[in-house]
Amino acid sequence: MAVQPLVRVQQEDFDLQAEIDSLTQGRGRLDIGAVVTFSGLCRDEGGTLGALELEHYPDMAEAEISRIADLAIERFGLFGLTAIHRYGKIAPGENIVLVIAAAPHRQAAFDGANFVMDFLKTSAPFWKKEYAKDGKEGDWVSARDADDAARAKWAAKK
Amino acid sequence: MMTKLVYFAWVRERIGKAEEEISLPAEVITVGDLLNHLKTLGEEYETALQFPEAIRVAINMEHADHDEPIAGAREIGLFPPMTGG
Repeated sequence: MAVQPLVRVQQEDFDLQAEIDSLTQGRGRLDIGAVVTFSGLCRDEGGTLGALELEHYPDMAEAEISRIADLAIERFGLFGLTAIHRYGKIAPGENIVLVIAAAPHRQAAFDGANFVMDFLKTSAPFWKKEYAKDGKEGDWVSARDADDAARAKWAAKK
Repeated sequence: MMTKLVYFAWVRERIGKAEEEISLPAEVITVGDLLNHLKTLGEEYETALQFPEAIRVAINMEHADHDEPIAGAREIGLFPPMTGG
């Protein structure tokens, strides 16, 4: 049976260890040899940022992350994949995103997590707005060319 | 036929609403046509869609290029380039 990714879009925080445990222990087999966990946090941007507000396109966000996750499972032969993305107001130091990739060997797990993040940055429908330390509403974060380039490298190397 | 349009981030802020249902003229065939049509609906649309090449579009919650036809779309989302992760 094909590996089903676990995808969640939620306001509340997540627990890294609990998510790793449920991914590795829920399989019912002991064939996972590598787990790569990536978590993305909110930076304080040199002390100037008070919070990020993450807006998302409900339902499409889950659907798009699931599409990306399925591609990664297929391409890298992953045994498990978890992707969780938060929305709402997030303060510096707090978690924003979690990707866990499990595979028989490390290279597939590293590549799988990397691939999911590169695609998630450029195609999952989330947008960040900055709020200053004094609470003042700031600007929408601009998309970065470097993120498009990071995604494009996966087409070249297959 | 009515089509549901949903807007996000600065597209939503500039248009001044999160969603609406509109009736599209028959000559609106592609995503690009839709963007051009919306720009004629008022100053707020003109401001939001001033640089149509920067606008990303999803048809029924799947990304769509600007030359794709919108026939059969139940919901069309318009938004800026994504900045999640």
